[in-house]
Order: sequence, then C-alpha cells, then structure tokens
Amino acid sequence: MAERLRVNPIACEAHGMCAELLPEMISLDEWGYPIIDEHPIPPELAELARRAAQACPTFALLIQRDRPRG
Amino acid sequence: MNVSPILHAATTGPSAYWYLTRSSGAVTLLLLTLTLTLGVVDVRRFSSPAWPRFVVDSLHRTASLLALAFLAIHILTSVLDSFAPISLIDAFIPFTGTYRPFWLGLGAVASDLMLAVLITSLLRRRMGHATWRATHWLAYASWPIALLHGFGTGSDVKGTWLLALSIGCLIVVIAAVLVRIADGWPRDIGRRAAALGGTGVFTLGLLLWLPGGPLGKEWARRSGTPANLLGHSSASSSRSNINSVVSTGEPSSSEGEK
Repeated sequence: MAERLRVNPIACEAHGMCAELLPEMISLDEWGYPIIDEHPIPPELAELARRAAQACPTFALLIQRDRPRG
Repeated sequence: MNVSPILHAATTGPSAYWYLTRSSGAVTLLLLTLTLTLGVVDVRRFSSPAWPRFVVDSLHRTASLLALAFLAIHILTSVLDSFAPISLIDAFIPFTGTYRPFWLGLGAVASDLMLAVLITSLLRRRMGHATWRATHWLAYASWPIALLHGFGTGSDVKGTWLLALSIGCLIVVIAAVLVRIADGWPRDIGRRAAALGGTGVFTLGLLLWLPGGPLGKEWARRSGTPANLLGHSSASSSRSNINSVVSTGEPSSSEGEK
C-alpha cells in the first residue's frame, strides 16, 4: 500500500521545516507554503518523510496511506 | 591543620551528593538559558544554510530535555544528601520544608512550571495549539524563579564563579526576551508592555536586593537555614574550616556566622 504526503492547508503556518527535511518531495511557494509531490513516497524517502511530518510545528504535514478503492 | 584542605574535604567533608547538587544546579541554569535563547531564535524563524530551522528546533528540544535531566539529578542529590534536610515532597510542593523554605520553594515552583511545560509538549498532538502555546509561556516565568532560587539557596553565590555565571545568563536571557518582545511589535502591545515591565522590574529588583541579600552578611541565617545546622557550622569551624565552609555554603572568610 502506497503512502502519500498531504498538507492540512488550514493548520499550515509556512514554517518550512518540511521542505528543509524533505526537499526531494517538498518545495516552497513564494510565501513559504509547501508544494507537495503527490506521488507515492518512495521507500528510500519514507524515513525522511516521517521526520518531516514529526518536525512540523503545527502538525500540518500528514502521511496518508492509500485506501483500496471499493 | 596540616592535612591538605582538599584531602581533608574528601575524607571528612560533605558527601559527593552535596557537590553534585550544587554543580548540577549550575549546569541546569546554563541549559535553561540555552533552551530559552534557542526558543526565541526558533520562534523568530531564523534560518541560514548552516542553521536550518529544523536544527534550531531540535536543539531547543534537546537542550530542554537535557536541562530536565540535570534538574532531576539536582533534585535527587539534594534529597539524598544528608546534610540539608530536604525531602522529595519539598522538591515539588513549595514552601513546606524546613531548609530555607522560601528559597527552596522557589525552586519547587520553577520545576513544577517546567513539568507543566514538559507534559503539555509531550501531549501537544492531543491538545489545541493555543493551549499548548499558553502553557509554554510558563517557561519564561520559570527562568527568573529558578534564578532567584539559585541566589537564595546557592552555596556558591559569594564565590565569583557562580555569580558571574548567573549574571552572564541573566544578560543573555534579557537580550533574548527583548528580541522576542520586539518580534511582531506592536501587535498585542499590552502583553508586550507587560513582559517589558516585568523584565525591568525583575532585573532592577534583583540588582537592588543582591548586595544586602545573598551577598550581604548572615544570609545563611536570614534565608531560613535551620538553627542546628548553623550551630553545626560554628562548632565545627574550630575542627575543620573547610568542612563547615562547604556544608553551610558560607565562604571561608565568613565573619562568624551564627
């Protein structure tokens, strides 16, 4: 099952720590808000993605598991 | 006395706990200062290629946990040491003990506040951001209370090293607080003015109090050291100067503490 990054746009305060920790998948727009790569997180980045989610001061970065569609 | 003072202190002097509790107290002050300063750097969202935000943020967290570890050592060793009658209860419930109750109580207040900050930070995911933030401000209150505790109970205040360390930390914290107050000025001006006023009153009060307080005469008695311990000090002074010096925390040139 693939895992993907999600941002809660209401909680996000543009601290930008996620982009520092996971530049492979997250870049910042000109106001400092994250632009997320919506592809499944490659296994070699899974650990960094988890760290980025934990580092978010407002817990706005989430790692979401794909649900099998029914 | 022809035995070397150090050897004498090592064999008949106070326990290792007493030395540990004093040194861990000083290290805790240093780490709390570092934590507070890093917290301000963190909230200002400072970042540079060498100091990305996540580095400052995790250093702030690591320094705070280290400070709490040293605080635990500080509390445990002061309880374990048999010279000063300090119980584990005194370390958490303020103003109830028999040894310098007010000044020891300030230490208990400061560590209780830090515990509140620690617990809310651990539960941060489960509580609202606003509640967490409001509780986190208690950390600013705990610092000056801890400093006063150090001046009031500290055995080494009259020794220049601890005084220099305390004043150095105070200057760093004042600078950090001023930077914090200036950040976002003049939003929430009332709160900022209160913080500014509080900092000024505390600093001025401290500077006025120190010379006649812990740096003045007979502080050990005036601060509420139990009479039997003060008696122990003068009785043992004929036997061993350094023993009484270290155990009551008065300098060797003490003018006949009663």
